[in-house]
Amino acid sequence: MNRPRPGLDRRQFLRQLAAAGLLTVPGAGVLSACATSGGGPTTSAQGEVSAQNPLGVAPDAPLDVVIFKGGYGDEYALFHEELYQRAYPQAEVKHTATTQIAQEMQPRFVAGNPPDVLDNSGAQKIDYATLAAEGQCTDLAPLLDAPTVDDPNVKIRDILLPGVIEQGTYGGQFLMLNYVYAAFPMWYSKPLFDQHGWQPPTTLDEMLALCEQIKAAGIAPWAYGGTNAADYVFDLSLGMAVKQGGPEVAKKIDNLEPGAWQQDVVVAGVQAIEEMVRKGYFMPGSEGLKHTEAQTAWVQGKAAFYVSGSWLENEMKGIAPPDFTMTAAPVPVLDSGSALPVTAVRTQPTEAFIVPARAANVNGGLEYLRLMLSKEGASKFAELTASVPSVQGADAGAAATPALKSVTAVLDAAGDDVFSWQINTWYVNFWKSVLQQQLGNLLAGRIDANTFISTVQSEADKLAADQNVPKFSR
Amino acid sequence: MRYGKYRFIASFLAIPLLLYVVFVVSPYLQAIYISMTDWRGFSADRNFIGLANYVELMGDGRFWQAMWHNLLLLIVVPVVTLAIALFLATMTTVAGRRGAVGRGGVRGSRFYQVVFVFPHVVPLVIAGVLFSFFYNPEAGLLNGLLRLLGFDWLTRVWLGDPAVALPSVMAVLIWSFVGFFYVVFGAAMKSLPTDVFEAAVLDGAGRVRTFFSITLPMLTDSIKTSYIYLGILMLDGFALLQVMLPDGGPDGSTEVVAQYLYRAAFTDGRFGYASAIGVALCVVTLVLAVVVLRMGNRERVEY
Repeated sequence: MNRPRPGLDRRQFLRQLAAAGLLTVPGAGVLSACATSGGGPTTSAQGEVSAQNPLGVAPDAPLDVVIFKGGYGDEYALFHEELYQRAYPQAEVKHTATTQIAQEMQPRFVAGNPPDVLDNSGAQKIDYATLAAEGQCTDLAPLLDAPTVDDPNVKIRDILLPGVIEQGTYGGQFLMLNYVYAAFPMWYSKPLFDQHGWQPPTTLDEMLALCEQIKAAGIAPWAYGGTNAADYVFDLSLGMAVKQGGPEVAKKIDNLEPGAWQQDVVVAGVQAIEEMVRKGYFMPGSEGLKHTEAQTAWVQGKAAFYVSGSWLENEMKGIAPPDFTMTAAPVPVLDSGSALPVTAVRTQPTEAFIVPARAANVNGGLEYLRLMLSKEGASKFAELTASVPSVQGADAGAAATPALKSVTAVLDAAGDDVFSWQINTWYVNFWKSVLQQQLGNLLAGRIDANTFISTVQSEADKLAADQNVPKFSR
Repeated sequence: MRYGKYRFIASFLAIPLLLYVVFVVSPYLQAIYISMTDWRGFSADRNFIGLANYVELMGDGRFWQAMWHNLLLLIVVPVVTLAIALFLATMTTVAGRRGAVGRGGVRGSRFYQVVFVFPHVVPLVIAGVLFSFFYNPEAGLLNGLLRLLGFDWLTRVWLGDPAVALPSVMAVLIWSFVGFFYVVFGAAMKSLPTDVFEAAVLDGAGRVRTFFSITLPMLTDSIKTSYIYLGILMLDGFALLQVMLPDGGPDGSTEVVAQYLYRAAFTDGRFGYASAIGVALCVVTLVLAVVVLRMGNRERVEY
């Protein structure tokens, strides 16, 4: 095998070929320009502003819509596009549905030809903070001040549900319209609770007492998905803390203020979790489950409570038994002296729609969002997805499911007493790699409340000092 | 060298070379360039910041932790996988004692040959999904079997316990790759000269002696190549871990460099830093290949 060959030696040849390869390398520098170079500024289509056309849409300009086709499908978007088409028959509307938002849209953003409307959602979404920091989103202020489709005397600003503007605001500009109004209550099966005569608790003491009863009945009081969704349980610990201490508590955490995690109510919320862990109120083995596995165990009746966003019913469609009757209740307060009433609930509008700053038809994109917020557009969404859109006056009609009805009731009862935190969207990496991980440790009993608080506080201080992460405040 | 030979050969290679430069060399160079910028990935704006990303990388505890997990994978998985594959290939290819002297496998080899390859036919991502169920602490097959057999004390929250999460993932990787290397070694063994084995058997060598004195030395090249191949896969490990433990596992105990890179790019919007991680990973991979190729570079057995 090692016989030398006459003439050209193979090894020598390969060596020289490699040298030739290196020689051609400088030429590749020219090629490298193509992936990382940007296009020039685009001028966006303009139309005449009138009462019928408050946003100045050019009626014949094409509209390019990209939709995240996840849990909500894309049927609702097809309907919204139809609304647009009806209003502007000359416009050519292009519909793209995908789950790979970041991967597919990145080259278009870099090259300067992004779509006119982008539903930036799902696991592969483009990081919100990055988009905002890169100046890639149109300021949606003109949309907020535009009249609604249904009543020219009412501005869009006034029909959005509480928290929608705050959620979409980065550095003082309203950049993202989060179209789905997710609430984060505790969930339980009404028939199961009726059968045992249990009532959803309103204070921490009631909660602990009820957990003891549930455990005695042979059911795990709580379940959670430890391998990827331990952070859901923040809605219990931090949720109770914010209800007790008021929205300022969350604001301090969002703004990465020194000592934000050492606020008394926050510590009390974390200690409550530690106590529940110590008393065995979480389903054994939860730390090794994905959220879907934990939710499945919960709908099978192995656990009584689960905490998640209002997409839960949709997610468990076909897995939950038909008579499960998924029902929402706001998380308890720490004790009766709470700043927010027991009915208060955390909401976080999700499914962020943006109009890219360099879109060819910015005004068309804004108009599309305005049509989405019309009574017709929003009701159709509610009907098709059994979810609450971020706007008043949407009615799913007969399509309303038990969970949708119950979460609507929770939201009605809460009224203006809704709260939110932004830390999970402003600093996604911190949320996942520090908060979720440490809460996972706490829930699995690997650390106690003190260690949790000190670790999280020191990591938050580190984040506050990190120059590489764009900061936001509210 | 006769005149014109290179020109002649180059004319044949021009197109492949061009494709290679465009699709392989140029992305590498771009990655190296991007790693020296603060590019955030979603606009054309980026500033050249020299080696700042690499300096940051040096002091990044999470990166080193992830690298450590990759190194554990790199040490454990190939050794165990290749050992099992070698053992199985030996048993079904050369360890038989019936019929032709020193050749052929043990009884039922043909059946085993099919069975052993099965796991490799299952795509890694599917294997990840299946094993997630297998490891489910309450409803999963593994704990179920252990309880059934009375080994309750052995049951664990496999993917939720920092002490066993990484070994659990390693087991899936080993399960998945043994089949492939079983085929590789089986084929290599079949091409070994029969007379050596006959001589060994006539001299009274047993299976173990035959394996260590004859089969193993003659397969050194195959083993080295396999180790490099598997090693490169272990320095990646993204697909399986992203399916089984997408958020880095309990207390971050299973996060690998590729996942950390992905997170830096897509959730942190730091494509410059992510590229620096990628370049570092590339260097480690090259070092691995060179070290393994140089390892015990002795005279080959001629046959």
